[in-house]
Amino acid sequence: MMCQECGSKPATLHFTKIVNGEKTEFHFCDSCAREKGELIPGTSNGFSIHNLLSGLLDFDPTGKGSTSSKPQHSRCEECGLTYTQFSKIGRFGCSACYQYFSDRLDPLFKRVHGNVVHVGKVPVRSGGKIKQQRELERLKRELQLRIEREEFEAAASLRDKIRDLERKIADL
Amino acid sequence: MANGPLFNRALSDWMQSEGPDRDIVFSSRVRLARNLRTQPFPMLATNHQSGEVLEQVRGVMNNQQLQGIDRFQLIELKDLNELQKRVLVEKHLISPNLANEARNGAVILSENESISIMVNEEDHLRIQCLYAGFQIREAWELASRIDDIFESQLEYAFDEKRGYLTSCPTNVGTGLRASVMMHLPALVITKQINRLLPAITQVGLAVRGLYGEGSEAMGNLFQISNQITLGQSEEEILDNLYRVAKQIIAHERTARQKLLQESRDRLIDRVNRSYGILAHAHIMDSKEAAQRLSDVRLGIDLGLIQTNTTPTIMNELIVMSQPGFLQQLSGSKLSPEERDVRRAELIRSRLKSS
Repeated sequence: MMCQECGSKPATLHFTKIVNGEKTEFHFCDSCAREKGELIPGTSNGFSIHNLLSGLLDFDPTGKGSTSSKPQHSRCEECGLTYTQFSKIGRFGCSACYQYFSDRLDPLFKRVHGNVVHVGKVPVRSGGKIKQQRELERLKRELQLRIEREEFEAAASLRDKIRDLERKIADL
Repeated sequence: MANGPLFNRALSDWMQSEGPDRDIVFSSRVRLARNLRTQPFPMLATNHQSGEVLEQVRGVMNNQQLQGIDRFQLIELKDLNELQKRVLVEKHLISPNLANEARNGAVILSENESISIMVNEEDHLRIQCLYAGFQIREAWELASRIDDIFESQLEYAFDEKRGYLTSCPTNVGTGLRASVMMHLPALVITKQINRLLPAITQVGLAVRGLYGEGSEAMGNLFQISNQITLGQSEEEILDNLYRVAKQIIAHERTARQKLLQESRDRLIDRVNRSYGILAHAHIMDSKEAAQRLSDVRLGIDLGLIQTNTTPTIMNELIVMSQPGFLQQLSGSKLSPEERDVRRAELIRSRLKSS
């Protein structure tokens, strides 16, 4: 099917709008859909975001194709959901999907939320772990620095601290 | 349970209480989406897995801190008939989604019905707190407290980078959806609403009609909520919503005063006509009922109607005139035509007794 706007490129974003029982179908190509800013969720036309999500997931926001050199998982090993299924239904199957599809999520989150990193509340229990993991990373960086400077006494004491902390995190 | 106040009383206890700016903001709501780390999300969960989630959540109900907040009951959706489910949807205590298709779906309700925790909806847990009037921060504080209690006993799906992991990408991060239900008749009458709504959506907020996503604004009721959940802290999200809602309240008040000054007679005629029709009509469809009730509510708020009818009765009638409620009160299924007659009858008698 061709894009109803430009008529020259294949349509990749399809959705149906129903107002007072009257059904209208839309078919746009990537670039026309991008130009039609008002179709993007959160703006005035009030289209349901769920209708649009699958269109967004097929979207390549850079317009250049993927440039990531990281291997991309096409399937969540935990729940079995494939990326293709995810992009069709717009729902994750389990919390592990976030890791397996991680490389491809930033453009989606950027589009939906304008952001990709959480800055809000942290649960108390895993929050403690996160804090300690950050401390662990800091200590490891410092250890590296001491070794480079050949300050072996300080490095040894850091190594012990790191071991203690690693044990503590494992027990959490 | 079938005849309990939960299903027969349109107004939950929390709705009877007075809240700030109640002439314009009917209610404030906060919802937190949370999931357990070890189970697939409800959409992919097997019957056994969603059953396990339900049992784990049930275990939290004995928590002393939770009991310190209010008394709670857990209702499994499979124990309710279609009408009862519909009544809970109309009272905003569960979502249509949970009523229609959830496996091992359940809701934990506080005694005054201001807290409702859905289990196995789109996410494992949806913690919702409702407050009368404009009390969005109070609703958040309570929801967050309940969240802490559940988190102390359950292992949440949380990621340092993405925050609370949810089934839908639109909820990830804070999992927070905060909304205020506003009655904006003067902005609608003066057509300013058409300029206002696009402006609201430009600041990352969404506007919907009374019954949530996809429905048109009935009875001039608009629900305004945050759209973004990732990359903004809960405080920022609430602050944004709070400020915008405050401005809308001010605009609505100005528009009401302007209407009073410039077309007082027309306005008095309009609200009293609507009152007359509500008090005497024999057939009333839901759309007309919503519009007439909105007019009368405006008339009461502006002191234009000489009646003992209170704003609370109007809120009650808005809920009561919904299809599920009408049928529940009649004790039987009704055709749309029968509902229109029953609705008119109910409104007449409620106005007469007030």
